[in-house]
Amino acid sequence: MSNIPEELHYSRSHEWIRRNEDGTVTVGITDHAQDLLGDMVYVELPEPGQRLAAGDECMVVESVKAASDVYSPLSGEVVAVNDQLADTPELVNQDPYGEGWLFTLQPAEEGEPEELMGAESYRKLIESES
Amino acid sequence: MTLKTALYEQHLSLGGRMVDFGGWQMPLHYGSQIEEHHSVRKSAGMFDVSHMMIVDLAGERVREFMRLLLANDVGAEPRPGKAIYSCMLNEQGGVIDDLIVYDRADDGFRMVVNAATRDKDLAWIDRHARSFGVDVQARVDLAMIAAQGPEARERVMRVLGAEAPAGTETLRPFQAAWNDRLFVSRTGYTGEDGFEIILPEEEATGLWQRLHRGGLTPSGLGARDTLRLEAGMNLYGADMDENCTPLESGLAWTVAWDPADREFIGRAPLETQRSIGVTRKLKGLVLEARGVLRSGQRVECGASGEGVITSGSFSPTLGKAIALARMPSAAEGSCRVEIRGKMVDARIVKPPFVRNGKSCLQGSPTDE
Repeated sequence: MSNIPEELHYSRSHEWIRRNEDGTVTVGITDHAQDLLGDMVYVELPEPGQRLAAGDECMVVESVKAASDVYSPLSGEVVAVNDQLADTPELVNQDPYGEGWLFTLQPAEEGEPEELMGAESYRKLIESES
Repeated sequence: MTLKTALYEQHLSLGGRMVDFGGWQMPLHYGSQIEEHHSVRKSAGMFDVSHMMIVDLAGERVREFMRLLLANDVGAEPRPGKAIYSCMLNEQGGVIDDLIVYDRADDGFRMVVNAATRDKDLAWIDRHARSFGVDVQARVDLAMIAAQGPEARERVMRVLGAEAPAGTETLRPFQAAWNDRLFVSRTGYTGEDGFEIILPEEEATGLWQRLHRGGLTPSGLGARDTLRLEAGMNLYGADMDENCTPLESGLAWTVAWDPADREFIGRAPLETQRSIGVTRKLKGLVLEARGVLRSGQRVECGASGEGVITSGSFSPTLGKAIALARMPSAAEGSCRVEIRGKMVDARIVKPPFVRNGKSCLQGSPTDE
């Protein structure tokens, strides 16, 4: 079974977000998503300073199998990207909620967008898709 | 329709990620495609290739028939156990399929053809076999396991022991040996040494489990694809099809022109193309920057024109992206590939990229 941490929020397109104490949010792809994609071989990250709208295709993860777009779960400005992934994209497979994070955003608005869901709803979503 | 091989339950119990491949449920990988790839390059892996179709051909005039059917030549005289890689062409010289054919002397020939093309292959073979009185049998009762890697033959021999057909241990590349149960050939699709083993379907599970215990790593179609691409081997339907000839597909070496009076199907258009020269050829590409080459990407070759990638992936052995691309014949040196709207520099090379575990690329040592 996929690992779905309770404290995170999830998008329908299989990104997760974590609220940090400084008001920023960290974004990654879920354990389910990395499992479907298989071994990661290349990650094309967004640029720090780049402004994103919720739902934007903002970066690409490529596994041996295929290239997949990652959508920004929130509107905001990119404040940090995980540079480690340039040399070790496999971190996305090994630790999708930790060392395999993708980027950090300064959100444009307060509060949780309606489109994001909690762990329980996300679990139901992936069950319905399988 | 969903087809399953005799080893389907084995794949499930090993945690195989099953995908549809030409109508067959096959394992893409059992956890990590890249680790499976490395097992084959460094020690030994095994693949269920039972989805491929085995066709036995027999009859008084079967040799004459094979010499008409295939662009490569099985020869006028029997060479028992000899394996040949060949294209089967249509009348225009287009590739209907690529295959391996084994000379079984008095028992005729055995061919192994692709899974996705089985119906059209059989229809084509049947159509031409009739006038030669050749009997064509699709051996759906047989399974096939490929054991590949530098240690594969040794491990298989240890598992088979006295069950191995006489002569298996000393088989040369592209030779086969067989007995009542097993048909073993020193062939493969990975660029490594190894065996392909054909056996009755009902015995496949037992042998698979014994080979697994004997140290062969179950490996899926994903690793099979990156291994064959590194080895510079074509994939039918991606790198060639009925719209291109062997000469345009890096397969000129598989066309037997001599003897000149052997009238194989597709010969005339191929002769014409040979004399005027081909305008496009299959070439290798290596991406020096980060990124992944994928089939369908457009290639700019300066004054020579444009090409297109037919197979591309990340090469686990080289740690960079590689591809086969159909390119203008004159293209050489460097080119640019369009990846998501950006033009990225790539180098044009002659495949293979990797053979027997080692990089074939000049000026870029990757040995560990």
